[in-house]
Amino acid sequence: MKFTLSWLKDHLDTQASLDDILYALTDLGLEVEDVTDRAAKLAPFTIAKVLHAEQHPDADKLRVCRVLTDEGEKQIVCGAPNARAGITVVLCKPGTYVPGIDTTISVGKIRGVESHGMMASERELELSDEHNGIIELPSGEVGERFSDWLAKNRPDIADPMIHIKITPNRPDALGVRGIARDLAARGLGRLKPLDIPAIKGGFPSPIRVEIDPALKAKGCPLFAGRLIRGVKNGPSPDWLQQRLTAIGLRPISALVDITNFFTFALNRPLHVFDAAKVHGPLRIHPAKGGEELLALDGKTYTLREGMMVISDDNGPESLAGIMGGEVSGCTEATTDVFLESAYWDPITIATTGRALKINSDARYRFERGVDPAFTLPGLDLATQMILDLCGGEASDVTMDGAVPDVSRAYRLNPARVISLVGMDIPETEQRRTLEALGFTLSGDMATPPTWRPDILGEADLVEEVARIASLTKLEGKPLRRTQAGVPLPILTPLQQREKAARRTLAALGYNECVTYSFIDQEAATLFGGGSDAVRVDNPISSEMTHLRPDLLPGLLRAAARNQARGFADLALCEIGPAFHGGEPGEQHLQATGLLVGHTAPRDPYGSRRPVDVFDAKADAEAILAALNAPARVQITRKVAAWWHPGRSGVIGLGPNTLATFGEVHPRILSALGVKGPAVAFTILVANVPQPKVKTPTRPALAISDLQAVERDFAFVVDKGVEALTALNAAQGADKALIESVRLFDQFTGEKAESQMGAGKKSIALTVRLQPTGKTLTEAEIEAVSAKIIEKVTKATGGTLRG
Amino acid sequence: MGTIHPVSQVMEELTAIFGDMGFAVAEGPQVESDWYNFDALNIPPEHPARQEHDTFFMHRAEGDDRPPHVLRTHTSPVQIRAMMERGTPLRVIAPGRVYRMDMDQTHTPMFHQVEGIAIDRDISMANLKWVLEEFCRAFFEVPSVELRFRASHFPFTEPSAEVDIRCSWEGGQLKIGEGDKWMEILGSGMVHPKVLAAAGVNPDEWQGFAFGMGIDRLAMLKYGIPDLRAFFESDLRWLRHYGFAALDMPDLPGGLSR
Repeated sequence: MKFTLSWLKDHLDTQASLDDILYALTDLGLEVEDVTDRAAKLAPFTIAKVLHAEQHPDADKLRVCRVLTDEGEKQIVCGAPNARAGITVVLCKPGTYVPGIDTTISVGKIRGVESHGMMASERELELSDEHNGIIELPSGEVGERFSDWLAKNRPDIADPMIHIKITPNRPDALGVRGIARDLAARGLGRLKPLDIPAIKGGFPSPIRVEIDPALKAKGCPLFAGRLIRGVKNGPSPDWLQQRLTAIGLRPISALVDITNFFTFALNRPLHVFDAAKVHGPLRIHPAKGGEELLALDGKTYTLREGMMVISDDNGPESLAGIMGGEVSGCTEATTDVFLESAYWDPITIATTGRALKINSDARYRFERGVDPAFTLPGLDLATQMILDLCGGEASDVTMDGAVPDVSRAYRLNPARVISLVGMDIPETEQRRTLEALGFTLSGDMATPPTWRPDILGEADLVEEVARIASLTKLEGKPLRRTQAGVPLPILTPLQQREKAARRTLAALGYNECVTYSFIDQEAATLFGGGSDAVRVDNPISSEMTHLRPDLLPGLLRAAARNQARGFADLALCEIGPAFHGGEPGEQHLQATGLLVGHTAPRDPYGSRRPVDVFDAKADAEAILAALNAPARVQITRKVAAWWHPGRSGVIGLGPNTLATFGEVHPRILSALGVKGPAVAFTILVANVPQPKVKTPTRPALAISDLQAVERDFAFVVDKGVEALTALNAAQGADKALIESVRLFDQFTGEKAESQMGAGKKSIALTVRLQPTGKTLTEAEIEAVSAKIIEKVTKATGGTLRG
Repeated sequence: MGTIHPVSQVMEELTAIFGDMGFAVAEGPQVESDWYNFDALNIPPEHPARQEHDTFFMHRAEGDDRPPHVLRTHTSPVQIRAMMERGTPLRVIAPGRVYRMDMDQTHTPMFHQVEGIAIDRDISMANLKWVLEEFCRAFFEVPSVELRFRASHFPFTEPSAEVDIRCSWEGGQLKIGEGDKWMEILGSGMVHPKVLAAAGVNPDEWQGFAFGMGIDRLAMLKYGIPDLRAFFESDLRWLRHYGFAALDMPDLPGGLSR
């Protein structure tokens, strides 16, 4: 919403400075976005007189002038063709900044002649594009400030333009008068009265209006108008043109300018029809669908069924409350005008406006809500202005419908206001504020004014009182603790685990990423997603069409981007939601790590090697340990399709999957443009079981003083056999006695096969036996060893290596 | 060296500060029904504010006549869920991802917000101001801050205020708590009675405040990170430069940052 200071002063009698007004506007919730105060920028410039001008000795187009200034006579070299003795000019002294040429003037020599300043053109002062010569003022005293001269002689230029942001709840502030009312309530002046003239029609309106019964209840409760005949529609007067140009509107003709003026001055959009082009009565009705209308913006709109439209016998003439039609619009030739003032339902206007994608000043106001009670006074005021500016004779008012009753009242509870705001605002001040804003108070009930559709309850009264009292003055008051003393922990177990996973990943060397929750369909499909259930209907780009089914595609794409920048060895991770459906809650927390390239940069020790599946497994197990997952888990090969079928595994507890680790399938890598090797893991954080009882107490430490015994075993097995099968089998040989089993060596490859046969490998386990009752005898050790060998050979199909 | 993303780090800082003031951490789904995202927050279907949200809508299968779900445009729906699930009195913050259809120099279609809500018998806007002052002072790690409340409008709070913080910008360096500039940092207000009622809380008995602010923006201001878009590009150089070490765990006794 834009307006100028003098326009504001049409409605507000105030002595307040511009700065005070700007401060108050923002503080009241009418946030100032921008101020154009051209006079302030022109403050350093003064008026001077050229006493004498003569040709520059060395330049055809330059003149050397003697100029009388407030600091005495100065010599100034000037290139303007109109620089001559006797003219009154605007002086830029050395040291002043000239906005139009973005230069600070200094004393200098021009072709050998000293020049002490500059005489400005309109363009140099950003007053206009005029640059054919320097400014010649018709009046002004030497030394007078140019800005003061402008204020006196060209108030339109000196008038500051203010641009404020209007929140959707304040349609009343979409008119200058509403803004003035807020400022007056704040104490920045007095709201001037608005006199509504009583227009007496001289004849009945030849154009009748009727509202279709289908729209009377909601879409268009009231439609009024009158004919004014014998008008002359020329350009509007200067003052009106200046009002409109100052806020960026183009003056068109007096009749059109008057409607625009009412839109911005009083938030009362109007429409003018050229009565000669209206045939028969104006009907406000729902469109059948398919009708076309050439609107005032020069575009043709096809109406959909039910859209509210104004038609005459020839068909649609206006998109009700949104935009008039070109055919029945007013031109310079208009002599009889039909002036419309109607009240339209905000929701109906919003729906049609959005469907047709028309953003007009009228739609903007009607969909936020104009004052229904001002429909008829607005018609009279505008009629008066047409009669004043265009002449003519007004008819009686013709109308259909009635002013909708919007009266309602809410209780003002002064104690509640103080309790909610936390400011001590006396009851008398609360009541004064509401009355200044146009509320009617009766006892403790407050009736909002008809121009405030946003006031819908007691809380709105609180807001009005607080806003006018100024929230800037609010002083903080401590919020007492929920309980005395040390605060309780607040994180849920899942939140703590998320944090533990994140910190552990970073400790393991991963760089945490935050990637978008939506990815492209191709990548989503590769990871089991990409269905319509998780499709975004209005994506912002083709790379962000589907909710991610998994965190890996985002990390792989990030890896590809980093590889393109020359980073080959990467450890990236993300902890965040993946989406298994499109309903609220169909998301789950993943912690995903991705290793690409080598384990380390090149070093003198040759420790660098490509990352492999066991790096991913080790890191996954470290994270699970940090999440307090049980140590005993099962690893299976039932992996999803984006994992390498041979080099991957699922860590689970029965049917419950905790994590998947492995090499990323080469097909995925090539689809996403990642150069391998690439291994990864995904932890399903919420699937890790919680301890049944949460207690800081540890179980008692059971240690034995008896000597533990370690025995090593080597087995020859098929090379496809997992070491884990052997480990689990050995562990099961004697659950009481065997404390731990570890893999300590393996022998694979060509050399191994040449020794042990094709397709074979050797694995070596160490088993630690911890007796509890008595020291083990050799025979007992032998018995356990035999059982271990039996279990392992049975489970793996291998043999003890001789 | 592994690193923690600044968004995660700042979320932990928020948790440390608000946790001390008794706020728990609430969460909610990122695909939301339009009831939680809009209606329950006093934004009816035709409200102009709904148009200003630049909402991403989820696809609706043919024959499914429910209004389409949305990607939550703010963390405010968690207010409703927290009140419904936890009842009153209530103090929670809700940090998380939010989505708006906006992508340019300073906007990304996904970013992070933190919501705060406190409901009790007698909580006032003055309490809100104190909580935010304490938060800003602790978060920006300065001896004092000055906040300015400016009247504004949000459908889900009344009265509503935008909050500015006193700061200076000199030579491209932001200093909080001094200078003569004001920078808008968050929106807040007293929870609207209709919002309380929608969440099953009796507005005649309970009252309280809510606020919302951008986590990415807080990180940018505190740590001098220039470009929002880079947050989500996973450039290794950026992650290493702006990231935090695994053991940089923010807590109040040790200070939030090193």
